[in-house]
Amino acid sequence: MEKNMIDWKKYLLVFLITVGLFLTAAYISNYFGNKKVNQLKSIQDQIALNILSSETEFSLLSELSCKNLTETTLSTELDEFAGKLEWGQDNLGSTDEVSYLKKYYSLLQIKDYLLMKNISKRCGKKAAFILYFYTTIENCRECEKQSIALSSLKSTYPLLRVYSFDFSTDLSAIKALLKIYKIEDTKLPALIIDDDVLTGFRGVEELENRVKKSFDLQEAKTTEATNTKTN
Amino acid sequence: MAFIPDVILYSFVFLSVYVQVFLLITFLENNKKIVTRLDKIKLKKYPSVTIVVPCWNEEKTIYKTIRSLLALNYPKDKLQIFLIDDGSTDGTWSVLSRFEHYRNIKIFKKENGGKHTALNLGLLNCETEFIGCLDADSSVHPEALVRIMSYYERDPKAMAVVPSVTTADPKNIVQGAQKAEYHMGVYMKKMYDFLGAINVTPGPFTIFRKKVFNDLGPYRHAHNTEDMEIAYRMQVNDYKIIHCNDAYVTTNIPDTVKKLYKQRTRWIYGFINNTLDYKSVIFKKKYGNFALFTLPTGIVSVSAILYLFTRIVMSAGHFVYDKFIQIETIGFSISPNLGSFDPYFFNVKMSLMLIMLVYGGVLFAILFGRKMAGGKFRLSIDMIYFLIIFRLIAPLWILKAVWSTLRSRAPDWR
Repeated sequence: MEKNMIDWKKYLLVFLITVGLFLTAAYISNYFGNKKVNQLKSIQDQIALNILSSETEFSLLSELSCKNLTETTLSTELDEFAGKLEWGQDNLGSTDEVSYLKKYYSLLQIKDYLLMKNISKRCGKKAAFILYFYTTIENCRECEKQSIALSSLKSTYPLLRVYSFDFSTDLSAIKALLKIYKIEDTKLPALIIDDDVLTGFRGVEELENRVKKSFDLQEAKTTEATNTKTN
Repeated sequence: MAFIPDVILYSFVFLSVYVQVFLLITFLENNKKIVTRLDKIKLKKYPSVTIVVPCWNEEKTIYKTIRSLLALNYPKDKLQIFLIDDGSTDGTWSVLSRFEHYRNIKIFKKENGGKHTALNLGLLNCETEFIGCLDADSSVHPEALVRIMSYYERDPKAMAVVPSVTTADPKNIVQGAQKAEYHMGVYMKKMYDFLGAINVTPGPFTIFRKKVFNDLGPYRHAHNTEDMEIAYRMQVNDYKIIHCNDAYVTTNIPDTVKKLYKQRTRWIYGFINNTLDYKSVIFKKKYGNFALFTLPTGIVSVSAILYLFTRIVMSAGHFVYDKFIQIETIGFSISPNLGSFDPYFFNVKMSLMLIMLVYGGVLFAILFGRKMAGGKFRLSIDMIYFLIIFRLIAPLWILKAVWSTLRSRAPDWR
């Protein structure tokens, strides 16, 4: 090939093919991304349905025995969903759909929290709750540590229910929670255990003591209630 | 904040895919022109050729190199061999002296001045129309010269013909990886030939018309990569370089990572600095595909490897940091989810798909290069070694070469 005879058409053709390959890869990636978002949606719908079902069941049976209340596996479903949602956020990018799902997830957590708290109170079911507030806007090393500590605690106590909320989620229900417990962004991570607000990182040992206390407290209350009924 | 790194990543991925597609199209356009001759051939006329063998402390390999030259299927009276001892301190001279009585061999001894000075001594004494060099650690196939000269017979405009440089059977993983890389080199050389854009005339057995040096001057030091600089000079002056794919030259390759690291640091340092010396030609259309494709491709490769390496190091840093935080918080623990797999977590990332595509192109280059080098078009374990080892350690010698360039300090030869 002579030097001054550059095949410009070839340079252009290769450019177009490369663009085509890029678009194809983008399409495939997007296709699988959407599939994952749909999968998330379907899990979320399932959780919403289960919560609604539990709420209804609870209302129906409130005057009857707690024994008839179906055991739900909501906690594991919520955990699975949380894991997939977090992965989705990291790998699919913070798309509108993913942030919508995140808001919805926060709402479901609040609903689950209220329901489980009620069930636990009335039926004396063994459960301990932790509300956990973190931030993703700034680099929060203590939040990272807190998440790890909570995950570790959850694996030790399967009945422990940890509800995690991103401080910056634009949702009135979360804002209400923040208002109720007077949580500020400068004091993150923040934990609420048995209505006590704990700010800053709390180690596994401290949390474990608190959780154990929470279990004991409820057990004591249950015994008391049973005794009263017997009398 | 991840926006800018992603834009850089995708720019590199785009350019890498572009290069692979460009090479593939070049291959498809010219595939039928690639001929591999297995039988002996005859030329109408056998022009006189001088082969210069510069030696510096090569007592272990030089004997085999000279023997391979003497075994060339070329008329002895048309083949002049210059053995030049460039101030060796080992037994090289005594090995060379054993060949003193051959009529077509001339032995020279000089003070050490570097490979280019030994080659220039050869040029000074050369009286033939063609001249070539053979590194003292390489041996030629008996048909290599006659096949190369057949290209001159066919194309009077050819000013340099480069051979296919391959390696002997690998003795370990490091050599295995290089074998696959040399096969890729054979393919690349042929594609660059079709584009008229070869950028290295390898020390092992490139044969030039003596006119090249008469017109353009002798070899230069050229940052210890004189075989690259002369190719750049020829391209800039529109002197045609072609590739004879069935002229096989076997070269000795480093057998340890340390030796490989030294050799490649020198090569990359040479590439960076020669390209800097010739930077004014980049993207100038009058210099053809050499300026529009070869040089930019080299620059993109070096930059992309460095950038990807930086990203990998940063990811590894993040991983270590996360683990550190985990250990600091809860001590050592094994994830309870180990072993369970959910297809949801299989990441179909766009960049990953495109990088796989680039690797597909690289693999094809190795496979076809292997076929051109007389092997079979099939996968081998060496290819895996290459993809793993070179991806892991190539960034290190590139980094070192960049660092040496910044400090203006050339790496040692060995």
